[in-house]
Amino acid sequence: MKTDTDKRLVLLHPNDNIFVCCQTISAGESVVLEGESLVIHSDIHVGHKLARCDIALKEKIIKYGASIGSAKASIQRAEHVHLHNIKSDYMPSYQRSGVVDDNLVQTKAEEK
Amino acid sequence: MKAWLRKDGRKGIRNVVVVGYLVECAHHVAKTIVNKADSPDVQLIGFPGCYPNDYALKIMKAICTHPNVGGAVLLSLGCEGFNREQLSETIADSGRPVETLVIQQNGGTRSTIEKGLQAVADIKTKISHAEKVDMAIDELIIGTICGGSDGTSGISGNPGVGYCFDRLVEENAACIFEETGELIGCEQVMIERAATPELAREIDDCLLKAAHYYEVLGYGSFAPGNAEGGLTTQEEKSMGAYCKSGDSQIVGLLKPGDIPPTGGLYLLDVVPDGEVRFGFPNISDNAEIVELIACGCHITLFTTGRGSVVGSAISPVIKICANPETYKNLSEDMDVNAGKVLEGSATPQDIGDEIYQLIMDVAAGKLSKSEELGHQEFILTYKYFEPVGPACLPTATHR
Repeated sequence: MKTDTDKRLVLLHPNDNIFVCCQTISAGESVVLEGESLVIHSDIHVGHKLARCDIALKEKIIKYGASIGSAKASIQRAEHVHLHNIKSDYMPSYQRSGVVDDNLVQTKAEEK
Repeated sequence: MKAWLRKDGRKGIRNVVVVGYLVECAHHVAKTIVNKADSPDVQLIGFPGCYPNDYALKIMKAICTHPNVGGAVLLSLGCEGFNREQLSETIADSGRPVETLVIQQNGGTRSTIEKGLQAVADIKTKISHAEKVDMAIDELIIGTICGGSDGTSGISGNPGVGYCFDRLVEENAACIFEETGELIGCEQVMIERAATPELAREIDDCLLKAAHYYEVLGYGSFAPGNAEGGLTTQEEKSMGAYCKSGDSQIVGLLKPGDIPPTGGLYLLDVVPDGEVRFGFPNISDNAEIVELIACGCHITLFTTGRGSVVGSAISPVIKICANPETYKNLSEDMDVNAGKVLEGSATPQDIGDEIYQLIMDVAAGKLSKSEELGHQEFILTYKYFEPVGPACLPTATHR
């Protein structure tokens, strides 16, 4: 059983392809993900997500066992998962600097 | 717990005098009366618009006859569109003392403030003698909302509230969750929990309406702080927020100002009906708290990750902090440290039990942190709603 994972990371649902960070992890640190030691390339703050496995372009991101959006770039295991590599299937997210959206993935309305 | 019995049979855990302005032009006079009265039991509410609005009238009626309210002083400039006569009549019919002061007919600012202060003092005296009676858990209505969510909210604070809600629902209290715009993406999981197929259809329609509304407006409820806290998409925020509802069956769908007819778990639809008008459904968290209170909530459970300090007039707000780092920064404002879950020293269920106990204490008179700090935020804006359909409410068996 691949249970050996850094205590700072939590898996919310067995089907999830991301971990959630409970305590800040700094760039350059090594963390153990399900038995494998990997180097983290950017700071991961509390509440942020880390890829549990490699995730292909357009693949769904699964958290709480449910889809929370799609990959807009291919994502490597242990990489930070956030606005730069995933997007909503419903509506754009926005930051103070403006709307983050690249229309890579169809909206829910278009699918229906 | 002991509570104030009102004429309609509902019971209040506070005995507040509200001072309400019926147009922005009367705001200063109302605010000055509240400031000079200088009492936690005298609170400012109001509606700023000059044009009449059925929704605003309904909410003001619901707030002024809320079980936590003992009496009201209304401040009108005189020429605004708000139906002050109907509001005053509703309050009087509910057995509460009410005084309406029209500034144009009372000699202006200074003398209206003096008369208002006298009216507040008279009402306080009148309602101070009211006897308190026993109140049972199944007479409580508890609401929940989240604000300043981050990636921790869905792990600690919101599941904690979910456990607490399940416990309350089991004891036949009424529990209300809301933010339909922040449940976009949870349609499927949510309709599976509806008590009847007809209610499931109503919930699905209500989520579609929310998605359409936000699409027209160009922004979802996703705020910059959410992203800084690790949330990336609307549906991720929604799934986290959804945990607050626990696992109970959903027995009904309410609109702002509707009182739950029975115990059980209710969804509150906060997104207006009809074409998109008047702007964003709720311009800030405070507007949602006002709507929960208008549905009769005695207490609101407010979960936050980034940190929020708000409270509310009329019904106590209990603040549940999901993020241990935020808790360290804002501990004076937080009632419950759900961040212990992330540090491994508590489970979401422990947090749920802690919240449950705090509800009992606050209902019995203990002040929540935001009450102690004097928070009385209140905001009410224009909206349009049609009444809920017949499939939305369970048949009344009590309350």
